[in-house]
Amino acid sequence: MRRLLALVIVALAPMGPALADETAELIGDVERGERLFQQCRSCHQIGAGADNRIGPHLNGIFGRTAGALDGFRYSRSMERAFGDGLIWDLRTLDAYIENPRALISGTRMSYRGMADPQDRMDLLAFLRDNTASPQDIPESAPTAVRREVDLPPEILAIVGDVAYGEYLASECLTCHRRDGGDEGIPSITHWPEEDFVIAMHAYKRKLRPHPVMQMMAGRLNDEEIAALAAYFAALD
Amino acid sequence: MTLNRRGFLGAAAAASALAAPMVRAQARPRVVVVGGGAGGATAARYIAKDSQGAIDVTLIEPTRTYYTCFFSNLYIGGFRELSSIAHTYGTLAAEYGINVVHDWAVGVDRDARTVTLAGGGVVGYDKLVLSPGIDFVDGAVPGWDLSAQGRMPHAYKAGTQSELLKRQIMAMPEGGTYVMVAPPNPYRCPPGPYERISMVAHHLKTNNPTAKIIIADPKAKFSKQALFEEGWQKHYSGMIERIGPDFGGENVSVNPADMTVDIDGEVINADVVNVIPAQKAGAICDAAGLTEGNWAPVDGHSMVSRMDENVYILGDATNQGDMPKSGFSANSQAKAAAMAIRGALTGSRVFPAKYSNTCWSLIAPEDGIKVGAAYEPTAEKIASVSSFVSQTGEDAALRKTTYEESLGWYAGITADMFG
Ligand SMILES: Cc1cc2nc3c(=O)[nH]c(=O)nc-3n(C[C@H](O)[C@H](O)[C@H](O)COP(=O)(O)OP(=O)(O)OC[C@H]3O[C@@H](n4cnc5c(N)ncnc54)[C@H](O)[C@@H]3O)c2cc1C
Ligand code: HEC
Ligand code: HEC
Repeated sequence: MRRLLALVIVALAPMGPALADETAELIGDVERGERLFQQCRSCHQIGAGADNRIGPHLNGIFGRTAGALDGFRYSRSMERAFGDGLIWDLRTLDAYIENPRALISGTRMSYRGMADPQDRMDLLAFLRDNTASPQDIPESAPTAVRREVDLPPEILAIVGDVAYGEYLASECLTCHRRDGGDEGIPSITHWPEEDFVIAMHAYKRKLRPHPVMQMMAGRLNDEEIAALAAYFAALD
Repeated sequence: MTLNRRGFLGAAAAASALAAPMVRAQARPRVVVVGGGAGGATAARYIAKDSQGAIDVTLIEPTRTYYTCFFSNLYIGGFRELSSIAHTYGTLAAEYGINVVHDWAVGVDRDARTVTLAGGGVVGYDKLVLSPGIDFVDGAVPGWDLSAQGRMPHAYKAGTQSELLKRQIMAMPEGGTYVMVAPPNPYRCPPGPYERISMVAHHLKTNNPTAKIIIADPKAKFSKQALFEEGWQKHYSGMIERIGPDFGGENVSVNPADMTVDIDGEVINADVVNVIPAQKAGAICDAAGLTEGNWAPVDGHSMVSRMDENVYILGDATNQGDMPKSGFSANSQAKAAAMAIRGALTGSRVFPAKYSNTCWSLIAPEDGIKVGAAYEPTAEKIASVSSFVSQTGEDAALRKTTYEESLGWYAGITADMFG
């Protein structure tokens, strides 16, 4: 059996402060990953002669900038990620495959996500094997695989204080329009609260690359994010 | 609660309505906002909107059309029409029930809690908000005073000044010379003069490529300097010469009659002279006795004046700490003040103030950059807690995204100010 030689640090703890609890492990089982890729094959090709189909081809995906293939029509959100310079690495791919919208809210990839961390690691081992020259990817480059967007249920369950959300939201409305206009800056009104919370945490943890939003989200705590999600969801 | 808009839009009508004897025990607490710009319009709108009629809000602003300084450089560069940066107060009056009075505030009696208008009216307040922006320091550039602004425009208050400057640049003879006299710190919009230079250069490169741009600058360093200089090198190589203080850039006088600029003894014949003088708080702050030096000191927890608990001061006029004088900052401060004022007058909940700022600048078509920071109040000042800035060498896609964001921001902030 082919096993990827890459050694990476995989976080075993679910997330949060316990992240320090990390051990070295193999990234995953390439053969198992190949079988899991069946879930992607209906849209994506990989390997010799791969071409764009419903989704872009995935050759050389490690190190590629998101939304970078000429000749494939990406969603606006993916184009923005390209503009922001989001690079596909172990961490960002893991997050995208786990829950595509956590990383790219308006993505056209209608794939529900792969929940099991081990499945994702096996799949990523397979994808990485199909990167033209995997030896050029420094073995230890993507150091810690953190469960970035797999938020514990307690965080998702926080009920937002709408009055507080209203004040906090006033800061957002300098850029994001209340009427949902999305010229230049995406609309954030009427989102499912959970998607909103996940997107904000993806900025907070610097998984999404945008510096303004990293700064905005960086100083909000879990309650404040919940309050904002509740406020923007309820806006009339 | 909606007031009759017509009755309040005219200064004369308003003055007569307001000149009635003051009654202290009014039904609703009264907030008067002086200045309908980035700080004042936002504050008036948030107080009216969030108090849902419980507070009577009067906005005093002399002009019927407010031209945003932000994006006025893009107008000069040919990226926007003047009409696209013009805003009026109709929605604030009609939909938010704000009494919009088009007049100048000329005095504040802080004991009686009244504001006197140039038209003779007197308006009483429980809480006063001052957001008058900037005025220029007299004698800051020898040879220049306000009477020279028709020949040597500042274009640092937008509208007719921006139009004039643009006209002059368009009329420059082939190979002519544009000189900017840049201001010393602190001043409105730290990257503003340099974005202006970029826009002037863009226009000249396209229409008058042998023209020259000279900046006389009293500052050793300026905002986003590395980014601007990289961009100038890339897009406008050889066009722009900046004379810093080490070469006499702070030793400047002008002669509007013969259109010359003297930089440290060297006299330059110029076709356009854009004088941006040193700045101070809008004069009403001084008239109200609320300044210390050139600016009005405030407590960053709520933007309340350090000299009067019933007066809140916003935006460029203030001395608050680390925030730059920008439209974004003024808008951000207005929300904290609005919340504090509502809390004081109606007992609504007050949360800890948070502030932020982002300033975008356009260097060339689709080559946008940005700088920003988040702030929190401490006992002494509003302090920066985290920040970011665009990097040199960024690729074209990121610069384009950044420019597009600035368009989104403009739509967002102007909707946030004017409804
Ligand atoms: C060229 C240029 C580019 C800029 N670009 C940006 C940018 O990209 N982003 C950004 O965030 N900021 C930018 N700014 C800065 C921004 O315009 C100001 O910081 C902002 O307008 C400050 O808001 P303010 O409320 O303090 O004052 P203002 O917006 O100037 O409003 C003051 C208002 O008060 C009124 N007023 C004054 N005195 C009285 C009185 N006595 N009675 C009644 N009314 C009075 C005036 O008529 C005016 O309408 C730029 C500025 C310039 C000059
Ligand atoms: C239903 C079709 C579909 C399925 C199933 C699907 N994808 Fe996608 N995928 C897309 C589309 C469409 C895009 C482009 C998304 C956009 O533009 O927002 C995409 C984009 C991507 C990208 C980003 C590529 C780039 O060029 O930036 C990656 C990586 C990716 N998919 C991986 C996967 C993996 C791994 C799976 C299987 C677990 C999978 N996808 C399943 C349709 C699909
Ligand atoms: C200075 C302008 C600015 C401010 C203020 C701002 N945002 Fe954003 N926001 C942006 C930009 C630009 C993007 C696109 C970022 C990207 O490309 O990832 C964005 C993206 C987002 C997204 C993801 C949208 C998507 O489609 O993926 C969310 C959610 C969001 N912001 C929420 C907020 C909240 C909540 C606040 C207030 C606490 C806020 N923003 C304040 C500029 C701003």
